[in-house]
Amino acid sequence: MTAATQSYSPGRTLPLRVEFARQLRRRRTMVMFGVLLALPWVLVVAFLVGRSPSQAGSLRISDLATQGGLNFAAFTLSVSATLLMVVAVALFCGDTVAGEANWSSLRYLLAAPVPRARLLRQKLIVALACSAASVIMVPVMALLAGTLAFGWNDIRLPGTGEGVDAATVLPRFAIVIGYVMISQLVVAALAFLLSVSTDSPLGAVGGAVGLVIVSNIVQAVEALGAAREFLPTFWSTAWLDALAPELDWSGMIKGASLSVTYAVILVAVAFRRFRGKDVVS
Amino acid sequence: MRFAGRRPVAFAMVALLVAGVAAWVLWPSAPVRALDRKITVVDGPRDDQRVTLDATFFPPEGGGRAPVVLLAHGFGGSKRSVRAEAERLAGQGYAVLTWSARGFGASTGQIALNSPDYEVKDVRQLIDWVAGRPEVLLDGPGDPRLGMAGGSYGGAISLMAAAYDRRIDAIVPQITWHDLADALFPDATGRGPEQGVFKRMWAGLFFGMGSGSPLAGAGLGAPGGDDAAGAGGEEGEAGAGAPGAGAGAAAGDVRCGRFLPEICRMYEEVAESGRASAGAVETLRRSSPVSVPGRIRVPTLLIQGQRDSLFPLGHADANARAIAATGAPVEVAWFAGGHDGGGEPDWVAERTTRWFDRWLKKDGSPAGDAFTVTRDGGRDPGTRRPIQLHATTARYAGLAGTERRTVPLAGPEQQVATPPGGAPAGISSVPGVGSLLGNLGDAGLALDMPGQSAAFQSPPLGAPLEVTGASSVQVKVYGEGEVTLFAKLYDVAGARPALPQGLVAPLRVTATAAGTPVTVALPAIDHRFEAGHRLRVVLTTSDLGYALPVAGAVHRIGLAAPALSVPVVPSLRAAAAGPAWWTWALPLAALAVAAGLLLAGRTRREEEPDPELAEVPLQITGLTKRYRDGEKAVDDLSFRVEQGQVLGLLGPNGAGKTTTMRMMMGLIHPDAGEIRIFGHRVTPGAPVLARLGSFVEGPGFLPHLSGRENLELYWRATGRPAEESHLAEALEIAGLGAALERAVRTYSQGMRQRLAIAQAMLGLPDLLVLDEPTNGLDPPQIAEMRRVLIRYAARGRTVIVSSHLLAEVEQTCGHVVVMNRGRLVAAGPVGDLLGRATRGNGSSGRLEDVFLELIGDKA
Repeated sequence: MTAATQSYSPGRTLPLRVEFARQLRRRRTMVMFGVLLALPWVLVVAFLVGRSPSQAGSLRISDLATQGGLNFAAFTLSVSATLLMVVAVALFCGDTVAGEANWSSLRYLLAAPVPRARLLRQKLIVALACSAASVIMVPVMALLAGTLAFGWNDIRLPGTGEGVDAATVLPRFAIVIGYVMISQLVVAALAFLLSVSTDSPLGAVGGAVGLVIVSNIVQAVEALGAAREFLPTFWSTAWLDALAPELDWSGMIKGASLSVTYAVILVAVAFRRFRGKDVVS
Repeated sequence: MRFAGRRPVAFAMVALLVAGVAAWVLWPSAPVRALDRKITVVDGPRDDQRVTLDATFFPPEGGGRAPVVLLAHGFGGSKRSVRAEAERLAGQGYAVLTWSARGFGASTGQIALNSPDYEVKDVRQLIDWVAGRPEVLLDGPGDPRLGMAGGSYGGAISLMAAAYDRRIDAIVPQITWHDLADALFPDATGRGPEQGVFKRMWAGLFFGMGSGSPLAGAGLGAPGGDDAAGAGGEEGEAGAGAPGAGAGAAAGDVRCGRFLPEICRMYEEVAESGRASAGAVETLRRSSPVSVPGRIRVPTLLIQGQRDSLFPLGHADANARAIAATGAPVEVAWFAGGHDGGGEPDWVAERTTRWFDRWLKKDGSPAGDAFTVTRDGGRDPGTRRPIQLHATTARYAGLAGTERRTVPLAGPEQQVATPPGGAPAGISSVPGVGSLLGNLGDAGLALDMPGQSAAFQSPPLGAPLEVTGASSVQVKVYGEGEVTLFAKLYDVAGARPALPQGLVAPLRVTATAAGTPVTVALPAIDHRFEAGHRLRVVLTTSDLGYALPVAGAVHRIGLAAPALSVPVVPSLRAAAAGPAWWTWALPLAALAVAAGLLLAGRTRREEEPDPELAEVPLQITGLTKRYRDGEKAVDDLSFRVEQGQVLGLLGPNGAGKTTTMRMMMGLIHPDAGEIRIFGHRVTPGAPVLARLGSFVEGPGFLPHLSGRENLELYWRATGRPAEESHLAEALEIAGLGAALERAVRTYSQGMRQRLAIAQAMLGLPDLLVLDEPTNGLDPPQIAEMRRVLIRYAARGRTVIVSSHLLAEVEQTCGHVVVMNRGRLVAAGPVGDLLGRATRGNGSSGRLEDVFLELIGDKA
């Protein structure tokens, strides 16, 4: 009669393989990855169709995009990092617990029983892995698409038009991707906290995206001065420094520090809330 | 209630915050009072020229007697160019006088280039005038506590006036000259302006009398467009009012504008010859601090632009040395700006105010650093604007640096051609254009014409090299006749070499067949050459900004010594080096907060199970749960279930059945009491829950997966071995057939219900808890479900079924617990309850009657 308690071990519940299987086969996951993978190709087509020779001398990042694969990848990242990636990360991290609550499957997992802290941990790992994958796949696919469409050329910097050797810049892309990942941690953690606080996946995802938008708006108020530096989105474009001729870490260090700070606190609050929560969904 | 009370408070706080920020941003600043005055002065070599100066006096904010600051404007500007700066100083408690210098704005008179006979005499009478103002603090009768500041033309008058008037107590000259002759006829070999190369383009702008000259107000606030228009518009009136020589001569007006005729003639002479005559040098030097050695003895803050091809850093250096020699305190700042554009107006204003606070208010403001250099701090990642760092050191090093390093140079002798007619010419910087292009980076406009230059290059640097001052190189020039050369120091990395600040050092050499050795002082810069970069010295024969020889020629240039001597000032350090302290402090603090959040209030009660209850599937004792509004959902509930029983939990909707079951699953926390399953207390995630199978308040599946995948994934989520799952038995009970392989989202309500009950039975748990299991099932399925449950219990397992349907409980369950409004109403075998009902009213024992009676009694 006690076979069940003997074979049960809290450390073996909800293995990552199972959680991946549960999440990856969802339509929203596949659609999101599909959109992210298609975006560079859509942009390539847009540039090929709409190429206008009048902008040849311009040094804006959008006009330099057709310079080569590296320039194109930088451009794709700059247009997608501000919103599309935020949405992707908020989706993966905001939907993970609230989605289960919405399906009513959360209570059966908890009664299985999967200990609450372990459930959150496994779900957070899988959600972060999906978020990381989406951050990686956009620039990598853009590099591929841009190289096929515009060739493998040295990068030209927006603003100055300076050329930087392709071989020098390619490893810097790893820094860029790493930094974008870290800077999205704050979005991930916020969405995750909202996810354990509400039963509505839409509320969790929308709430996280909405707060990013609000932060961006507040950031535009120059009168706030140095206080803006502590807004979670203030350093979101600091990765551009990694593509400058002289690699400048200072902005990325500040951004990473803030993002990690917010993320650690938000995730801790999420675990704390979920620990004492009455699950009534 | 708690919730309702908290929200308005939060909203009010946010609203207050928003209102506060808005008020702070939008609050109108009090207007500064300004008194416009026409001040008549008498000047000229014989003190016989009457000039009316257009002035504005700003009384100090706060009233009382305060030190006074005379703010002078730049060339081509007027008193309106410095109004913003004047208002700022007035706001900080200074009386301020601004005026349009003679020949500018609405003032009468002619431009005499800060001559001691004209502009200096004007300033002395302005000092007399402010000494009579009741707002001005006096050191003695007729001697106000007075400071003077200004940029370019206004900086030079500050220096000149300080030399001629002892009443001036402190000055802050900015981007100005030490020797105007040397500025217009520089020579990098140090042989003086007579041998210098004419700075044609700048001189043209300077003397061009263009009202839109880029000199206007450069370095000290932005010149307003209306300001320039005002200066031009009043020109005719001012010219007519000037009593000086040449008045009324129309041709002279067109040629000389508002210049004094002597100055005008001198300019025409040098511009035509491209050479400085002794007379011209003398005239220019009379307007320069170089002519008053040892006479400027007041505390001086010299602010000079690193981006200044008109008055390069050497001029501030010469001024600093001359003033420091008298024992007066001197501080020098090389800021990011100058006549070629850029600037940091806020920093300059703050530094200026601090200087006057120390030497005029004498309020104990600390001394600044003797030497400040603005350096590039990268870009602000948020605003994408350049960040400026201020590197400081306690001793002014001069252009020679505190140490010198030797960088090896190599390069063969090279032939350079002087282009006949001076075209095409290389480019270093173009006066007036730099500020339009803004921050192009160090690359700038620099361009050397092919065939006109000789280049000598160092190997790649092993370590970064921060050059602060003027480097020097020794070359030999072979050939015959005189050759004009322009020396540049490039930073070479990648395809496009960068010319720091677009600066160039011109020199004139008389070449010989054996080679004339010359030591060239390269432009003074503060520039960091990164590791891996090369230093390249280029000598070229043409530059767009300078007067060039007309005749073509070819010369040969080689290195006299294969080395470049560069000055460095290792003690110059920016305060904010390294990442800000909070970049590591914040994450650590966050980790501490997170640890606190997670550790505090942790319930680590590893309670021993009650051995007496080890065989009792469920015992509930004193269980109580309140809703948020305080109403009790479950109120002091106690009952016990024995092994092998099929227990019916009976009660009307809202009786607390589902809440009780959720507490059994550890989903919600009881306010009081406890639940024990096989002796183990139920807590969220308690391992004993592995012996509990549950179906509460409807099914919960992943809609995109099939029924079979759902059950398989659920079992894998429990972490228990697959052979314990008894999946086949469970699936048989579900009876879904082929539908098992379809996605759950296509299922009917009944199919989901059966799949959910099958899920609850996975692993054949010892205690099965089902909440309204027959909802949505059709009558044959209900009958089948009953048989399943009875069979399940017959194997020694225990089943708890909740229902509000009496018939179901009556037919399935051996025992029953009746609840109403959260309280236990009755408990016992079904037969006992039926018997009690029979005794009560004598009619046939139907559970429905008993139920109605029980809840009716208690209601």
